[in-house]
Amino acid sequence: MNVLAIFKREVRTYFTSPIAYTLLTIFAIICGFMFTSILAQFQRAGFQSAMNPSMAQGLNATEWVVRPLLRNVAVILLFLMPIVTMRLLAEERRTGTLELLFTFPIRDVELLGGKFLAALAIFLVMLALPLINILMLASLAPLEWQAIGVAFAGLMLLGMTFLAIGLFCSSLTENQIVAAVLTFGAALLFWIIDWSADSTGGTLGQVLSHLSIIRHFDSFQRGVIESKDLIFYLNFTVFGLFLTMRAVESHRWRG
Amino acid sequence: MIEVENLTKFYGPTAAIEDVSFTVDRGQIVGFLGPNGAGKTTTLRILAGYLPATRGTARVAGFDVFKDSLAVRRRLGYLPENVPLYPEMRVRTYLDFVAEVKGVPRPERARRVAAAMERCRVDDAANHLIGTLSRGYRQRVGIAQAILHDPEVILLDEPTVGLDPKQIIEIRQLIRELAGQRTVILSTHILPEVEMICQRVIIINQGKIVAVDTPENLKAKVRTSATVLLQVDGPAAEVREQLQRVAGVLRVEERPDRADGRIRYLVQCALHRDLRRDLAAAVVGRGWGLYELRPADVMLEEVFIRLVTEELPHEQPTGQEGEQ
Repeated sequence: MNVLAIFKREVRTYFTSPIAYTLLTIFAIICGFMFTSILAQFQRAGFQSAMNPSMAQGLNATEWVVRPLLRNVAVILLFLMPIVTMRLLAEERRTGTLELLFTFPIRDVELLGGKFLAALAIFLVMLALPLINILMLASLAPLEWQAIGVAFAGLMLLGMTFLAIGLFCSSLTENQIVAAVLTFGAALLFWIIDWSADSTGGTLGQVLSHLSIIRHFDSFQRGVIESKDLIFYLNFTVFGLFLTMRAVESHRWRG
Repeated sequence: MIEVENLTKFYGPTAAIEDVSFTVDRGQIVGFLGPNGAGKTTTLRILAGYLPATRGTARVAGFDVFKDSLAVRRRLGYLPENVPLYPEMRVRTYLDFVAEVKGVPRPERARRVAAAMERCRVDDAANHLIGTLSRGYRQRVGIAQAILHDPEVILLDEPTVGLDPKQIIEIRQLIRELAGQRTVILSTHILPEVEMICQRVIIINQGKIVAVDTPENLKAKVRTSATVLLQVDGPAAEVREQLQRVAGVLRVEERPDRADGRIRYLVQCALHRDLRRDLAAAVVGRGWGLYELRPADVMLEEVFIRLVTEELPHEQPTGQEGEQ
């Protein structure tokens, strides 16, 4: 299995370099900090509701802690995901190993697929960290596991779009920093693209608002899977990978 | 084994190679000789399936390198000039990875990797990080990588560049051992290297093939004769005979031209005799059309001179070998 060979090598590279450890550590610290802050807020609200019983309605841990936490995780991903993908193609282009890879009996799609899946694997390990926080919460308060599962699925889909953008940007340059900055810029632009939707109005406004990668996360965050959002994320990812294929091919034609 | 026809590659408006055609038989070691920037790397990259050609075709083991790229790549091992390896990997892990990507079945993998390491004499460094290896070791890991899946064709781009004299001798020895059933094409800009390893030389200069022959013949040609090319409109056998009769002519060779059907004649003349006047008279005297007449191997000589002069700085360190 060619895809598997590429996948294994990429995952091993993440862990033989400091990249994966740095990313996971930083992510764990920030998630933990956010979790404790949000939990403290929730606790205060709990005390207040003890004195004022009308406030107690709708006060549950999923709503007050898990949702804001995952929303914030989405924002952190915007900053960290470019680091996950920046190396994938840029570094191999710089050192020339990509030339050798292209002369191995392996299809471009298998090569890019293996790399994408390796980045996805690292990302899933990252997602396990806020899950640990939530499991700690579960010992203190009842949680709606189904809604949390859906929210995590949403985070995974959102992360996949980041990975697709990142892989594409990494195919454009030999410089990892440039790849990371391009990825961050593109992802941020797609994040806030709906800001101009209201002022633009009309069909274009609707298109812009539909393109926003975070707006499609709202339904998942609420614990609802809407097929249009699911399809948007999958489309976005596949299109990003397709663009990467074309970019790699065009790089070869130019020599 | 390898058939290349009218291969042309443009980078933007500049041609890296133009109408390159040659064939290589099974089991041959062929040297691709030319000064830097002659188009050697471009040609090898096209053969290896990395670059698509702008025009022309190349076939390896009967498969088109562009249309049947995967079939070609399964039968071919390639080592680029700068030996791109992953510095953070260990030799054995790296070779195991390459074997897996190249589709060597799992039960055979460990054995193949071990065999390739032994063959290229890197087995003592199996657990070293590639990044810590010397240039010579890295070169041999690169060659081990190329022969892992037991390919029919091996392409090596400048395999001895940047090595010290002892390492150069080892690599040359290794390449000779690899040959046998396999076809090897190596590119180099070092003339003596070709004489030492290769059975055939393809000389390329400024993107065009200047000569294809055995190293001995090429040397003989440059030293003892000059070649004139004629394009004549007339009955082939008679033209040939007439040219042969001119005093000072050593040999006449026919070259049918694909494009216009006319026949070109390569006339080898004794050295230091300009026979162009006599040859022209011989053709025109019979009333045939003389379309072209020019000295043919000025290019070859020029390339040889450049190669020989480029070699000089390399020769000196070889002499000090005993001291090391």
